[in-house]
Formats: sequence, C-alpha cells, structure tokens
Amino acid sequence: MATVAPEQAAKPATKPATMAQALGRALRDAMAEDPSVHVLGEDVGTLGGVFRITDGLAKEFGDDRCTDTPLAEAGILGAAVGMAMYGLRPVVEMQFDAFGYPAFEQLVSHVAKMRNRTRGTMPLPITIRIPYGGGIGGVEHHSDSSEAYYMATPGLTVVTPATVADAYGLLRQSIASDDPVVFLEPKRLYWSKDTWNPESPATVEPIGTAVVRRPGTSATLITYGPSLTVCLEAAEAARAEGWDLEVVDLRSLVPFDDATVAASVRRTGRAVVVHESHGFGGPGGEIAARITERCFHHLEAPVLRVAGLDIPYPPPMLERHHLPGVDRVLDAVARLQWDQ
Amino acid sequence: MTVMEQRSTRRTGRTAPPPAWQPRTDPAPLLPDAEPYRVLGTDAAAKADPELLRRLYAEVVRGRRYNAQATALTKQGRLAVYPSTTGQEAAEVAAALALEERDWLFPSYRDTLAAVARGLDPVQALTLLRGDWHTGYDPHEHRVAPLSTPLATQLPHAVGLAHAARLKGDDVVALAMVGDGGTSEGDFHEALNFAAVWQAPVVFLVQNNGYAISVPLAKQTAAPSLAHKAVGYGMPGRLVDGNDAVAMHEVLTEAVTHAREGGGPTLIEAVTYRMDAHTNADDATRYRTDDEVEAWRDHDPVLLLERVLTERGLIDEAGMQAVRDDAETMAAALRERMNADPVLDPMDLFTHVYAEQTSQLREQAEQLRAELEAEAEASEGGR
Repeated sequence: MATVAPEQAAKPATKPATMAQALGRALRDAMAEDPSVHVLGEDVGTLGGVFRITDGLAKEFGDDRCTDTPLAEAGILGAAVGMAMYGLRPVVEMQFDAFGYPAFEQLVSHVAKMRNRTRGTMPLPITIRIPYGGGIGGVEHHSDSSEAYYMATPGLTVVTPATVADAYGLLRQSIASDDPVVFLEPKRLYWSKDTWNPESPATVEPIGTAVVRRPGTSATLITYGPSLTVCLEAAEAARAEGWDLEVVDLRSLVPFDDATVAASVRRTGRAVVVHESHGFGGPGGEIAARITERCFHHLEAPVLRVAGLDIPYPPPMLERHHLPGVDRVLDAVARLQWDQ
Repeated sequence: MTVMEQRSTRRTGRTAPPPAWQPRTDPAPLLPDAEPYRVLGTDAAAKADPELLRRLYAEVVRGRRYNAQATALTKQGRLAVYPSTTGQEAAEVAAALALEERDWLFPSYRDTLAAVARGLDPVQALTLLRGDWHTGYDPHEHRVAPLSTPLATQLPHAVGLAHAARLKGDDVVALAMVGDGGTSEGDFHEALNFAAVWQAPVVFLVQNNGYAISVPLAKQTAAPSLAHKAVGYGMPGRLVDGNDAVAMHEVLTEAVTHAREGGGPTLIEAVTYRMDAHTNADDATRYRTDDEVEAWRDHDPVLLLERVLTERGLIDEAGMQAVRDDAETMAAALRERMNADPVLDPMDLFTHVYAEQTSQLREQAEQLRAELEAEAEASEGGR
C-alpha cells in the first residue's frame, strides 16, 4: 500500500509548479492509473473546483469519474462510503474546512470506524480533501484549521503537505492507502511555487514520516502545512541572533512520527511547536506532551507552543493578529533561554 | 398598486421570459395512495400464491420466535440490549425475501431479523447486541452492511453502493431500512435527494412503528404520511400495510425490480406497530396505553397469514404445528449457542484500527500485553 509506482521515479524534467497544479496532477495521474478512483464533491466537475484543483478531470474522465454532487457534505461523504464498500476509491472534496462539519458524523461514526467495526473485512479507501487554514482573506467559515478534530478520531489518517512535491506525493499515497485519509490542503500555499519534477514525486517515504527541512543545532521548530514557510523564515532570521534552528515538517499528524521528532529534540535540547490552529486543546499540546515524555532528560527548556489564538477564526481584516508569524516564533525561541 | 401588479408590470418589460425551473415529471404518479396497500383481508388474498403464503408464514413465525428468544436472552444477561421487532416481522422478512443474492441490505440496529432472514448466522447477527464486537459478520458474505446504530446514516451508504454498482455495470439493488424517527434526520434527506438525482437503484423502507422510543409520529412529522416525503425528491412513494406480509412482499419486489430496471429509487412506508417496548431498557407504559397495544393484536402479522392459509385450506393445525416446531428448534439452537461465553482476545483491540498499526498503537499493544501477562501471573499465584 501507500507507495507510488517505481517506474515513475526514472523520468526527469524538473520545472516550477504551484501546489494547486501538483494536487490536480496527482488526481489526474491516480485516475488514469486506476479506474476505481472517483472524484466527487460540490463544483468539482464543470467548474473544476472553486480552487480549480479538479480542473479538466470531468472532461478527461467523464462525469461518472468526476461528479458534481448535490450540495450536501454528509451525503457526499456518506455516498463515498457506499462507493468504497463496492470497491471504488472515492476522493471527496469538502471545498472549505468548515464546510466539512456537516459530514462530521459520517466521518467519525462510519468512515473512521468501518475497518474496526467489521474486523478488517470492510476497509474504506476514501481520501477526503479539505482546503484548510487562513491567510487568504476568507470570510467566516472559510479559514478554520480543524486538524485537532480529525486527530482526535482514531481510525483516520491525517496528512498535510507543505511543499509542492509533498502535495503530489502525499496525495498519491493517500489515494493508494487502504485506509481513510483526511488530506488537509493549506490553501494559502496553493499558489506557492517550487521546482518540482512531476514525473518523479519526491515523497516516497510512507505516510507517517516527518522530514527535517532545515538542519540545526540549537533548537527544533516542529511544524506542518501552512506554518512551514513561517518557520523556515524565522530560522533564517534567528541566525542573526545566534540561533541555529532545526525545522521539522511533520507532513503527517496521524500517524505521528515520534522517532524523527524525538531524535531532533534530543539533538537540540529545545523545542517549539508551531501551527495556526488554536493552542488550547490543539495539536501542539499533544505534540509537546509526546516530546516531554520521550525527551525530558534532554530538554534544556520547557516545550513551547506558538499557535493561533483561542478564538473563533477572526474576520479577515484582523486575521494577521491571530496567525502566528515570524515575530511570534522568534519571541518563543527567545524564551527558550529561560534559564539565563 | 399591489405587489402582484408591480411584478407583472416588471415582467412585461422583458423581451423573453427567463428560463424557468421545470419539475421533471407530473407529481401525481409519485404520490402514495391515501390508504396503505393491503392484500390480506381483501378479495386479492384469494389469488395470492399458495407457495408464497406458506413461505411467508414459516418466516414470520420463525421471526416471532426469534424476537421472543432474543428478548429472553436480554433477561438472562446474554444480550446487553435487544430492540425487538415483535409485530413487525412481516416487514422485516419481506425486506430480506424481496432481494436477490447479489443485492445489498442496509439495516438499522433494529433490523437484526431482516439480516437473519437474509441468511446471516443468528449468533453473528447478535454480536453487536451481545457486546463482544461491533459487527459479528463479514458484510460481503451475505451482502448485509453492518447494523447501523446512528440513525439514517447508513442510507447514503446504500445510495453510494447502488450508484457504484451501476457504474460498474452490475444490476445490483440496495435496500435501506430506517424507522419513523430516522426520517427526521438530515442523512435521510440527503440520501433520498442523492438517490433521486443520481437515479440510483435504491429502495428506502421506512418502518413506521408508531414511536421513536417514546415520541409518537404526530410529534415527528407534519407530513400527511412518511411516504408523501417521496414526491419532494422526485421518486414514487408507496404506503403499505407493514403487517401484511403479502402486500409487503409485493410492493418491495416491485420497487426492487423497478430499481433494477433503471427506474430509480422508491420510498416505501410500512405502517406497522412495535408490540414490545423500544428495548428491554424502556418502559412503554409511560407513553402509550394498553388499549392502543391491544387494538393491534387483531392485526398481528402471524394471525393475518394464519387466517388466509386456513380459510383457503392451505394449512391445517398439524401444518401450523410443524412450522412452530421448526421455529422452536431454531430458538433452542440459538439459546444453546448464546449460552456459551464468547472467547475474546483483547489484543484484537489494536488489530483493526488501521491497515498497519501506528507506532503509537504498537506501544499501547505492548503495554496491554504486559498488563495481561501480569494479570495471568497474579491469577496463577492466587491458586
């Protein structure tokens, strides 16, 4: 499971592409390779999705493979459950983070549990694509970071790419996975460009593998999705203050790569978890606890969290105060010197 | 000037009328009849196929005995809970018999009997209610989806499966069962809407047994009947006497055939009555009267079949006794098997969460294994 065909690795040609293009390409390639892959959701057909991720799929594969559904998220995901029961691999689009909430019961009560309820006889290979997070000036209900809800549900795999190559590789792996995957797309990175070889996906490690994006020695920033660029920028800025920061991109929140994270923190002795989801009850608390359990004797300072504020997602004109930026990360790094 | 006049003035200014939404069909054929469809007790009963009558009778009597046995097992502590379908056996059995082997059944938590009538091992069908696992069978084996505890959430699954089957070119039909209370859930609406838009080969069977636990239908809906809801989705609605096994079988078979032949979904409301309480944990005397329950006894599905079989000379007392004996044998076997304690492996808790265990689950599995070993050692030492 969860691997990309090896013959793809041979082909060259590296070019710049956006994350949105890589996601579209991943869907197209998966559909071309496997006739059981079906895309469904609101506006995914003729319009190509509000973010154009599914652009061209209905034209190339037909309405039966890329289907505009009625506007009903529980119905979309519920129908996908039945389709998966009959041997298809549905890829569902939830359009915006908060639009996925009406489908929550299907997700929690059925999608996450079907393998378990049926003792493994009825696994559900469903990929649920959810554009998430803020920073694009969206109004209410268009900018939530809802990963903590999904992480809290056993049975779901939760991944989020932060690079163009990962967007392609992780989505291919998610579709190939025999388990349901919540695939969180950081929408503020949709238009970020990267050099990427579309014929040779960079992500060949299995889902659940974190990656060190920037090696360093004096502290580890642990992050994912939209906050990776913030952390890399903060690491550059911190050099002037004598900090050599390591940046770990989790890529997968469930399963969680305890080994990579613990190895990094043991090397550096200090850790800050950075994400734009809320702090209280958010992903950072779980991650900080896991680090403390595994690395207590290596820690020079408490594990800190830099998160979004514990507020409902703010209106767009105020969202910059909510989203953790470089300065907030640097402030936390400064606080790692608490004993001096 | 009235509002209507203002509107008409504005309209006259247009060179061409805007494209108007058109209903896709004349709604009249979609509407259910005012009275539930019946065969038993009418002239049509004289023409009912003798073989079908005998078969339905045997199944309904077995169903009645099964309900009684399962209810007794809750009193003995062998089942955590059993939502009885005593009084509803005709609808349960017809649901199973209307399907071909390749079709799929999507039962709610109350529909164990339909699953058993479809051929499921009765003990495996009761696993959920005994409490040793959530689903005791492989759904693919008899094409019975797991008994759904959340209300109406399995209906969109039926739509998706039927849709997928049709895309693959298979003439498979999905029959989805729900209670009257379940029709108030959002998933009921979404499933019916999807099914009608996609023209999916699905049959929705609502068993209106009068109460959603304690809430009567009058507090559940303001619709003339639950079958009337169909017209809003653009599918036919049928109202049937749920205690009339022959009528149920006929209407369900028609709807299944209609779906198989590409005619799309049907919504069927079976009007029936739950003779027992919601479950053994429920006190039905708090919300309904004995008189009301008594009034339904004369319309019992077993009685209705016995009447027609006897009147038509298709069965005698010995024949009925043979059917009862057969049901008794089934109940005795069920009792005996249910009295054996299930063998459980706690390590199974970690086996079926993901295709591959996460490192987090592997750690927890090791911890539980150590706890189990310590427990075993302690009980050895205690001897």
